[in-house]
Amino acid sequence: MIDYWPLLGIALVVAGFALRFNPLLVVAVAAIVTGLLGRMPFLKVLATLGHGFNENRYVSLIYIILPVIGLLERYGLQQRARTIVANMRGATTGRLLIFYLGFRQILSALGLTSVAGHAQTVRPLVAPMALAAAEKQHGELDEATANHVKSMSAATDNVGVFFGEDIFLAVASILLIQSSLASFGINLTPFELSVWAIPSAVCAFIIHSTRLLHLDRKMGRGR
Amino acid sequence: MINLHWVYALGGLVFASFAVGSARDGANRKRWGNALFWALLSLSFWFGDLIGDLANGVLVLLIVAVAGTGLLGRGSGESTQINEREQLSDRYGNMLFVPALVIPVTAFVGTLLFTYTPLKAFGIIDPKAVTLVLLGVGVILSLIICYGWFGPPPLTAVDEGSRLANSIGWAIVLPQMLASLGVIFAAAGLGGMIGAMVGSIIPHGSIVMAVLLYALGMVIFTIIMGNAFAAFPVMAAAVGVPILIHSDGGNAAVVGAVGMLAGFCGTLLTPMAANFNIVPAALLELDSQYSVIRAQVATAIPLLVANILILYFAGFHR
Repeated sequence: MIDYWPLLGIALVVAGFALRFNPLLVVAVAAIVTGLLGRMPFLKVLATLGHGFNENRYVSLIYIILPVIGLLERYGLQQRARTIVANMRGATTGRLLIFYLGFRQILSALGLTSVAGHAQTVRPLVAPMALAAAEKQHGELDEATANHVKSMSAATDNVGVFFGEDIFLAVASILLIQSSLASFGINLTPFELSVWAIPSAVCAFIIHSTRLLHLDRKMGRGR
Repeated sequence: MINLHWVYALGGLVFASFAVGSARDGANRKRWGNALFWALLSLSFWFGDLIGDLANGVLVLLIVAVAGTGLLGRGSGESTQINEREQLSDRYGNMLFVPALVIPVTAFVGTLLFTYTPLKAFGIIDPKAVTLVLLGVGVILSLIICYGWFGPPPLTAVDEGSRLANSIGWAIVLPQMLASLGVIFAAAGLGGMIGAMVGSIIPHGSIVMAVLLYALGMVIFTIIMGNAFAAFPVMAAAVGVPILIHSDGGNAAVVGAVGMLAGFCGTLLTPMAANFNIVPAALLELDSQYSVIRAQVATAIPLLVANILILYFAGFHR
């Protein structure tokens, strides 16, 4: 019989997020409670937490980009991105984001996932361009619409990278699938696996592009 | 050889600069809280490998204590006015994109050079750290270009960097905290428990039901853990291999690849994948931290259906 008590840690996370406590606090409490329920002594839990935090520092490294982005914004980068769009004929929010989606999927499929991202491209370039295209077509945007356009810019980046990267042979998730299946004596090459990421990538492009075109139409109807 | 330690040293330096910039921000009433937060993070980056697991754990608790008890302020708003920025933008024109594009181009060219040419054999960069080293190189190059060209006051990058960092705030360390939570979840044996629960409700003989259970199991476990990587080995062991591949004769490549992608649909839906879903909401100054997830629901659900159909029809052609 397995002891299911540590699952309470998951419930704590869900409840904490739902009640809008500070997420860092929620995660720290959930980590300690889960560890204790898993019959680890407190100091062991603390050491495991510290070890996990230290080993995962690379996750936070992307923010070394902020001084550059801040500096460029001070010199008018976002305004420049808007000007470019304003002078572009036929540019709509949907078309721009569809172009970015395809671009992001193709780059990711070539193993170039870190070329773009929320800090590198979405905040300084993609979101201001998408907003500028919307304003050019539909005039000044209300708060909710501007918020939605920015959210869709971030969403487009995520969909692009998630449903592009697995086409690349040497990406971590393909290697993980390969090694997990190999432990059951099922031996596949990365190529056999990554080929099967293509149909999903095509579906992702079609589904998300349809939504982006719909966004253009919806904003057009709004006035 | 340039390895991850070099990049962590640079990261520590940048976080220390956020501490300095926060302390300089007179408009923020809670500036010392912000400065302390970034200083603690820079300590972690500089000395994390030297102080041992337990001290790192204490450091984590301190960081959480500062961020979780309202000691962080928002920081001052824009440093220059919109019209001033427009003038600068007109003056520098499209050349403004050059320093911005230096970072992705460095990543692009560097990845190609170190993956596809003999350069990788020279051992200049640790192969495990190539992406992050290139990010660091790109940032340094870009800063040199900016300073050489705009000639801003010396501490401008420090002030502007900390302005952005403080507008994101505690969300910056959330992904790293969630990764540590994942480590605790694994140490407490959560994967085995979920695998056992899913395994106990397996419907034998129905391929449709088994495919649904496998795909939805991937999605739900991914939503809980924040990434599909933790979910895959568990779901493969509980359902994928014994049921779909062995007893139902499914195509192993399809079950593996598309199962993982079904999990990615879950990643689009969960705040636990903070670096994809929560951080951008802060970075783009959205009105709710869940705005990005809301924008993704209508893509994730049809895409999950598509993946289930691919899994069923390509995996089990009879």
